[in-house]
Amino acid sequence: MDSGTVSGIVTGILILVFIGITVWAYSKRRKPDFDEAANLPFADDDPQSNRDTSASPNGADSRKSDSCKSKGDRNT
Amino acid sequence: MSTAFEHPTYNYKVVRQFAIMTVVWGIVGMTLGVTLAAQLVWPQLNLDLPWTSFGRLRPLHTNAVIFAFGGSALIATSYYVVQRTCQVRLFSDRLAAFTFWGYQAVILLAVVTLPLGYTTTKEYAELEWPINILLAVVWIAYAIVFLMTIKRRKVSHIYVANWFYAAFILTIAVLHIVNNAALPVTAWYSTSIYAGAIDAMVQWWYGHNAVGFFLTAGFLGMMYYFVPKQAERPVYSYRLSIVHFWALIMVYMWAGPHHLHYTALPNWTQSLGMVLSIILLAPSWGGMINGMMTLSGAWHKLRTDPTLRFLVVALSFYGMSTFEGPMMAVKTVNALSHYTDWTIGHVHAGALGWVAMITIGSMYHLIPRLFGRTEMYSVNLIAVHFWLATIGTVLYIASMWVNGILQGLMWRAINPDGTLMYTFVESVEASGPGYIVRLIGGLCWVTGMLIMAYNVTRTIKRGEGAHQPLPQTA
Repeated sequence: MDSGTVSGIVTGILILVFIGITVWAYSKRRKPDFDEAANLPFADDDPQSNRDTSASPNGADSRKSDSCKSKGDRNT
Repeated sequence: MSTAFEHPTYNYKVVRQFAIMTVVWGIVGMTLGVTLAAQLVWPQLNLDLPWTSFGRLRPLHTNAVIFAFGGSALIATSYYVVQRTCQVRLFSDRLAAFTFWGYQAVILLAVVTLPLGYTTTKEYAELEWPINILLAVVWIAYAIVFLMTIKRRKVSHIYVANWFYAAFILTIAVLHIVNNAALPVTAWYSTSIYAGAIDAMVQWWYGHNAVGFFLTAGFLGMMYYFVPKQAERPVYSYRLSIVHFWALIMVYMWAGPHHLHYTALPNWTQSLGMVLSIILLAPSWGGMINGMMTLSGAWHKLRTDPTLRFLVVALSFYGMSTFEGPMMAVKTVNALSHYTDWTIGHVHAGALGWVAMITIGSMYHLIPRLFGRTEMYSVNLIAVHFWLATIGTVLYIASMWVNGILQGLMWRAINPDGTLMYTFVESVEASGPGYIVRLIGGLCWVTGMLIMAYNVTRTIKRGEGAHQPLPQTA
């Protein structure tokens, strides 16, 4: 097998791996886990940082004035 | 610095140190940039001294802004983000302190050796071998601190920002060590172990991935934490962020050859580099859209929050320069743009518009929190800084576009008999007005950074005042 064939096979494998990652990332099964992960920046808010408004995911969602129609697939 | 702000759980000391040095090196690096811009307008400003000549100050400028300013910002924010999203203290306080003092020592050695003319001549990797070894040791210590902190995390997930930071740290370790492999000849002179076209290819494999992993992946890590945090809502799509991550790191690695179009590099390698550079548009814009859309439903915050404005305009410039980059990697476009000021304009669209703006936005979020405050001393001064930075960037890149296209067209113009229509020096003369506009843009930036330094100083002072120890009751 010449190096061109090897490169072709490796490229093919990488494309399949990438498609696999995409399918995995967008599978329904992963949604709850990703929602949890997406909220990690807000999980550790300590009293020291006393921010003016709540940054919890619920807080962000419940502020009706903030929300508009197009939410896309935002993980909230 | 007093110990009044010590966090019960986290190591904020090292974050504070790196954050302050970010501002300091930002001012130093950008002042050097303005000096160089002025030298191109008034060449006498090189003072006819070897140490202040353009050729020696230019690598000092690039090292100061990329590695001292950008690097300090990346290490500061990565230490902050990894602790807060893993809910655990940094792996080792002593090793973290070593990364700070070691990294600053590397920068100081660069400040001394580059003006003295010690250089490997490799762009963005000019430092000579003893400094490279020190940097490798410091960087491995940084990798250990960061990765061990992730390992000891209190939560099950590794937040996506940490993935980007980890990719940045590991890739830079590999790039730095491979590209700087050299045979030492004397204490301050070495030769690369690679030769000819291979040396060039290794250099630009390094050079472009310094852009891809230092100036992109690392700052995307910053984006994925500070944009949601400042907008007070989670990232638009966590799924997209995962696809963004894997696509970006798989593709960036192969784009380097576009720095070597029409050189001795094999033609197929150039074409491959061009194709993969174009593909790179997809993950870049995926990430940009993910950051932008995080603001959906919170756009009104831009009216009142200049910190958020910094972060969002950074993403706009990121989108713009990641469109411009693939376009310039197309060989026919590159034939016009390469070796002209267009390249310098493109780099600064990324470096000022994306890297520096996302850094400054993150610092305005981070610094008050590190010093026990919720907001900077003056929000108005952040707004002033924002407009200076934005106008400065626009002046810079617009003047370099004009200059670049002008130079490219003048250099390729030929008379009917096949001789060149212009001499090189005529193109230099024609570039003069652009250099003045660029200098004005740079001055806007330095002024903005000085305002930031004032704002940061007052924030720290006020934070210290608020934390006077209370009288104890017996």
